[in-house]
Amino acid sequence: MGMNVVVCVKQIPDPAAPQSFDASHNLDRSGKLILDEADTYGVEMALQLVDKAGGGEVTVVSMGSAADVAGLRTALAMGAAKAVIVSDDSIRGTDSLGTAKVLAAVIRRDLPDLILCATESSDGYTGTTPVQLAELLGLPSITFAKSVTVEGSTVKVDRQTESGYDEVTAPIPAVVTVTAGVVEPRYASFKGIMAAKSKPVEVLSVADLGLASDVGPSGARQQITEVVASESRAAGEKYVDEGDGAEKIVAFLESIKVL
Amino acid sequence: MSLSNIWVVVEPSNGTLTTTSLELLSHARNFGATVSAITWGDDATALSQEAGEFGATTLYDVGPLNGALPGVPVVSAIAALIASQGAPDAILIPTSYDGRDIAGRLSARLDRPVLTNVTGLSDEGGLVTEHPVFGGSQTVKARFTGEGPGIIVVRAKSFVVEPTEGLAATVVAAPAGDTGTAGSAKITTSHVEERTGPKLEEAAVVVSGGRGLGEAGKYALIEEAAKLLGGAAGASRAIVDAGWVPYSHQVGQTGKTVKPTVYIACGISGATQHMVGMKGSKNIVAINKDADAPIFQIADFGIVGDVHKVLPALIEALKARG
Repeated sequence: MGMNVVVCVKQIPDPAAPQSFDASHNLDRSGKLILDEADTYGVEMALQLVDKAGGGEVTVVSMGSAADVAGLRTALAMGAAKAVIVSDDSIRGTDSLGTAKVLAAVIRRDLPDLILCATESSDGYTGTTPVQLAELLGLPSITFAKSVTVEGSTVKVDRQTESGYDEVTAPIPAVVTVTAGVVEPRYASFKGIMAAKSKPVEVLSVADLGLASDVGPSGARQQITEVVASESRAAGEKYVDEGDGAEKIVAFLESIKVL
Repeated sequence: MSLSNIWVVVEPSNGTLTTTSLELLSHARNFGATVSAITWGDDATALSQEAGEFGATTLYDVGPLNGALPGVPVVSAIAALIASQGAPDAILIPTSYDGRDIAGRLSARLDRPVLTNVTGLSDEGGLVTEHPVFGGSQTVKARFTGEGPGIIVVRAKSFVVEPTEGLAATVVAAPAGDTGTAGSAKITTSHVEERTGPKLEEAAVVVSGGRGLGEAGKYALIEEAAKLLGGAAGASRAIVDAGWVPYSHQVGQTGKTVKPTVYIACGISGATQHMVGMKGSKNIVAINKDADAPIFQIADFGIVGDVHKVLPALIEALKARG
C-alpha cells in the first residue's frame, strides 16, 4: 500500500529582487531562479502523505527554463524522488491554460494518486493553472486546502471559505491546492542536499509532448497592449516615536473623523 | 465591433449576491450590451430581484448543487448554454474561492484563455483589461485575440456598485446535467467561524499585522485594536505563510483587496505583494521600526517606532476614550 503524489512547482525569480518586464512584456527571468516558496507547502504536504501511506513517492513537475534547476533540487533535497521539467525556447509567453496543457501531458503519462499545487504562483498570481489542469485531466479539484488527509480512495480536505471552512471529499486521483502556512516546510538536511544531486531530473521539450501550437504567445491568445505607470501615492507625515506615537495616531484618526 | 452580450457569474451568499458580483453587474451595463447573470443554489427566484436591480435582464439558474463545489456544475451549465445559444462576448467572474474555480474550469472546458486579477475594464474596440503589477506601481493593459468569449476574473473593489431602475431578471433554468468524476468533490460539513465586527473587505477601519510583531501570540494586539476601532484585522502574507493566522486574513496580491477609510499597518514593511491589496485605502497609517521601510512611501501618517510599544499604547488610549 503506497501512494504516489505529483507536486506541480515553479521556479521563479527571487521575489525580494525588483521585478521588471523584458521587451516582449514577459517577466524578466534572466536572473537566478528559486523554488517558489508557495510550492514548498505542497512538497511538504506530499512528503507527509506518502510517509503516512507507508510507501510511494513524490514527483515534482514543472515548466520553465531548465538552464538552472536549483529550485527543483530544493524540492528533491526536501525528499521528492524525482523531477520532470518541460523546457524549450517556445514556452516563453505561455499563459496559464497553455501551462496546464503542458503539465497535464506530463502527468497523464503516469497518473498519480494525488496532484498537489500551490493556490497560485508568487510571480504570476494567475491562480487558475491547477483547476485548468484538473479539467484537462477530467479530475475533481479542491482548492484552498487548509488540511489534507487521504483515507482509502478518498481525499478529505478542509477548504478555506469566506466564513470559515468546509470539509470537502473527493475520490482520488484529484487535484488539491494548498494554502501557505498549513504545514511547516522542512529544511533540507545535508544528507538530503547531497542525495538530491544524484536524483533524476528529466528534461522534456514541448515537441516531445506534441503541444507546439498550445504554448508561447500565439497559444496564449491574449496580448499586452500597454504598460503604464499607475497613479502613485505620496508619502505623508512621518514621526519618530518618542513615547507619543500612539497619541499622534489618535490625533490623526480624529482629524480624519474615524474617532 | 460593439459588444452585444455579456454574461456575469453572480455568487450567492446567504440569500443575496456578493458585493463583487454587484460591482460586475453594475460595470457591465456601461458597454451597451445585454447583461445576463448566472447563479446557483436554492434562491434564484429571490436573487432575480437583486440581479435585475443591478442590470441583468436574464438570470440563468444552475439550481441546487447538493453539496457539490460550484466549479464543475456551473461550468457545465455555461458550456450547455453556449452550445444552445452561442457564446457571449465576455464572461465576467468575481475573484473569490469559487470564482477562481469556475474561471479555471471554464477556460479549459471552452479552450479559451482567462485573464485574472483584473481591476479595470473598458471597451476600446473590444474589451481591454487592466491589471496592477509590481505592487501596483504599473498597470498592464491586455486584450484577448482570436475567437470565443474572453474569460475575465475581476478583483473585489474594482468597480462602483450602482443600482438601476431594472425589473427583476427573468429566471431561466440552466441545469448542469451529469458532471461525472470531475464534479464529484462534495462538501460534507460547513464550519462557520464566529466573527465579531465587520468583514475585512467591508470594514471602514482595517488594522493589519506583519512580521514585525515578532511572534504569533502578538497578533491578539492587532485583533484588539481592530475591535476597539470597530474594524477588521488583516495580515501580511509573511505571517499567513508562517501559519500565525489563517489565509482569510491576508491582504495583498494573493489575498484580499481592501479600501477602508483608514488602514493601519503594524510591523509591515510594505512588500509589493502587500501594497497592491491596500494602496487604494483612503488613509494609510504605518507603524514600523525601520524608518526606510517601503510602507512609509505610501503612508499618509507614519510612526517610526517599536510596534510592541506603540500598539499597546494605542490600545490603552482607545480604551480610555471608552
